[in-house]
Amino acid sequence: MNNIFVYLEIEDGIVGDVSLELLTKGRKLADQQKCKLEAVAAGHQLDGIGAQVFPFGVDTLYLADDKRLAPYTTLPHTSLLVNLFKEEKPQIALMGATSIGRDLGPRVSSALFSGLTADCTALEIGTYEDKKAGKVYNDLLYQIRPAFGGNIVATIVNPDCRPQMATVREGVMKKEIRDAKYAGKTKKLDVAKYVSDTDFVIEVIERHMEKSKVNLKGSPIIVSGGYGMGSADNFKLLYDLAAVLGGEVGASRAAVDAGFSEHERQIGQTGTTVRPKLYIACGISGQIQHIAGMQESAMIIAINNDPDAPINAIADYVITGTVEEVIPKMIQYYKKNSK
Amino acid sequence: MSFNIVVLAKQVPDTRNVGKDAMKADGTVNRAALPAIYNPEDLNALEQALRLKSKIDGAAVHVLTMGPARAAEIIRESMYRGADGGFLLSGREFAGSDTLATSYALAAAIRKIGKVDIIICGRQAIDGDTAQVGPQVAEKLNLPQVTYAEEILEMADNKITIKRRLERGVEVVKAPLPLVVTVNGSAANCRPRHAKLTMKYKNAKTTSEKQELSTDYTETFMNHPYLNIPEWGAQDVEHEAKWLGLSGSPTKVKQIENVVFTAKESKKLTADDTEIEDLIKELIANHTIG
Repeated sequence: MNNIFVYLEIEDGIVGDVSLELLTKGRKLADQQKCKLEAVAAGHQLDGIGAQVFPFGVDTLYLADDKRLAPYTTLPHTSLLVNLFKEEKPQIALMGATSIGRDLGPRVSSALFSGLTADCTALEIGTYEDKKAGKVYNDLLYQIRPAFGGNIVATIVNPDCRPQMATVREGVMKKEIRDAKYAGKTKKLDVAKYVSDTDFVIEVIERHMEKSKVNLKGSPIIVSGGYGMGSADNFKLLYDLAAVLGGEVGASRAAVDAGFSEHERQIGQTGTTVRPKLYIACGISGQIQHIAGMQESAMIIAINNDPDAPINAIADYVITGTVEEVIPKMIQYYKKNSK
Repeated sequence: MSFNIVVLAKQVPDTRNVGKDAMKADGTVNRAALPAIYNPEDLNALEQALRLKSKIDGAAVHVLTMGPARAAEIIRESMYRGADGGFLLSGREFAGSDTLATSYALAAAIRKIGKVDIIICGRQAIDGDTAQVGPQVAEKLNLPQVTYAEEILEMADNKITIKRRLERGVEVVKAPLPLVVTVNGSAANCRPRHAKLTMKYKNAKTTSEKQELSTDYTETFMNHPYLNIPEWGAQDVEHEAKWLGLSGSPTKVKQIENVVFTAKESKKLTADDTEIEDLIKELIANHTIG
C-alpha cells in the first residue's frame, strides 16, 4: 500500500524508454520514501515485460493481459488504473508525457479527484506548509514544471489527494539499471474485474506507428536551427553539417511552429531534452524554453548574426555571422582537417 | 433534426510576450498584465466544428468559454468566423481553478446547454500546455474522448471517424456520439473572419457588457436576439461549491521561480575563415568531433 506506481507504455511488446526512465526515477523516490516501486502493464502478450522492467528495481509488476487492451484506447486503460488505484492506494503515480500518458493521465486524475501535473522536469520529495490552514505536510512529491512558455518554473504539490500524479516527457529523466538480477514479483490481474465491456466503445480502424527516425537523445552531436534560419530550405545547410559531423538535426519551437522542421526534432521544454557532447545552435535566439532542453550539453557553439542573442550567454563559442556563411565554412574546414 | 456542436475555447495570455507582472504573489496568473489572444489550438478546433456543421443539416456551433468579462471577445471572434453563438462562464467562484476545477465548471455549463452531440476543443492552451481539460471534461460528463485529432473524416450512423496525429504515428478511430474531441495544432487552420458576419455580430454583447453601454440599447437587443451572449455565473449552473475554484483544485502552487541560467565565459569569433578553421582544428584535436 501507498507505493509508487509507474504506468508502462508498450509498443510491440517493448516497454518504451520514457517508462524505463520513470522507473529509474520511481526507484529513487521509492528508496527515499521507503516504499515499493510497482509497475502496471496493460496490453496483450505481455510475457516479455518482466525481464525488461525488473532490472530497474520494480518490486511488483501488475499484468493486465487481454487482446482488447492493445492497441491502447482511453477508457479500458483508464478503468484499469482507476480501479487498481482504488485498491492499492498509491501515494505517487507516474506516466510518460506522451500521446498516451497525456490522454490517460487527466482522465484517471479526474475520476479519482487527484491532482495531476503535466510535463514535469524534476520530481523531488519535500515539505509543504499550508499557512492558511496552519498545516504542514511532510514527504510530498514536488512536481516541478516550467509554465508560461518556460518563463517561470513552478513547484506544484497535491497536499490532500492521492495518488500524486505527474507526467514526464521522454528524455528528461535518466535511464539507469538498478540491478540486473533484481527480483520482483508478477501479479496477473483478472481484467474483467477492472474493465467493463462497455469501455470498449472506440474502434481503432487504422494505425501506423513509426519507429522514430530521429534519435536526438542518443546523438553525440546536434546541429540545431531556430527561427533565424529563415526558411525550411535553409535547414538543408544544417543537414549537410550534421551529415559531415555524424550528428542529428534539431530545431527550436519557433522553427517548428514556422514549419521549418518537424515536431519530432523539437528541442526544449515542450520537445526533447538533450545532453550531447556538442550542440551547435544556428539562428536560435535562445528562449528559456529552448535553453532548458539543451543547457546540459558538454559544449555549445552559437552561430547568430545578433551579437546580443540570449543563447550567447550560455555558449562556449559565439560565432557572430550568418549561418549561410558560417556553416559551409565549417563543412569545408572539417573536410580539410579531418582524416 | 438538430445537431449541437460545442467548442470549448480559452482566451489566453500571449506567453510569447511575458512581462514581469505575469504572476501574482499567490502563484496564480495575473491575466490583466498580458495581451490576451484566442488560444491557437482552439481555433483549429473551431475550424473542425465549422466543417462538421457544413456537412450536417440543422447543425449549430456554439462556443463556451470560461474567463473574465473580456473573454467575450473570443466568442465574438468565433461568431465572425462562422459560429452561431456562445456562452461566457464567468465569476469569482471560478478564480484560482486548476485543470480539474476548470473541467468541473465547464462540464456543469455543458449540462446547462442541454443536448450536446459533440464537444470539440483544442488539445492544449499555450499558457499551461497541460492538455488536461479536454479529457477531464470528458470524464466529468462520462463521455468517451478522442485526443490529438487532426481531421474529422466522416460521420455516419451516429458514429464519427477521426484521424489522430500521434507523436510517432497516425491512427484512425471510429467513435460513438456524444463525444469529446481535442484537436491538434497540425489540423487545418481556422478560416478568417467573414466580413458580413463581422458586421452582423460586432455589437453582440454579454450581460455585463450591456450594462456598461452608455446608451440604452434594450430595444436593439430585443429585436436582434443573436446579439445577446448568455453570461453565466456559478449560480446559473448546477454545482457543489466545494468543487469550484481553489477548493476544487487538488494541485497547489508551492513556489514560483524565475528561470535564470548561469552564463558561461564564451569565446567570441567572427565568420572569418581563419577563425572558423582554428575552431574546427581545436574541436578535432580535443575529440569533440571527428
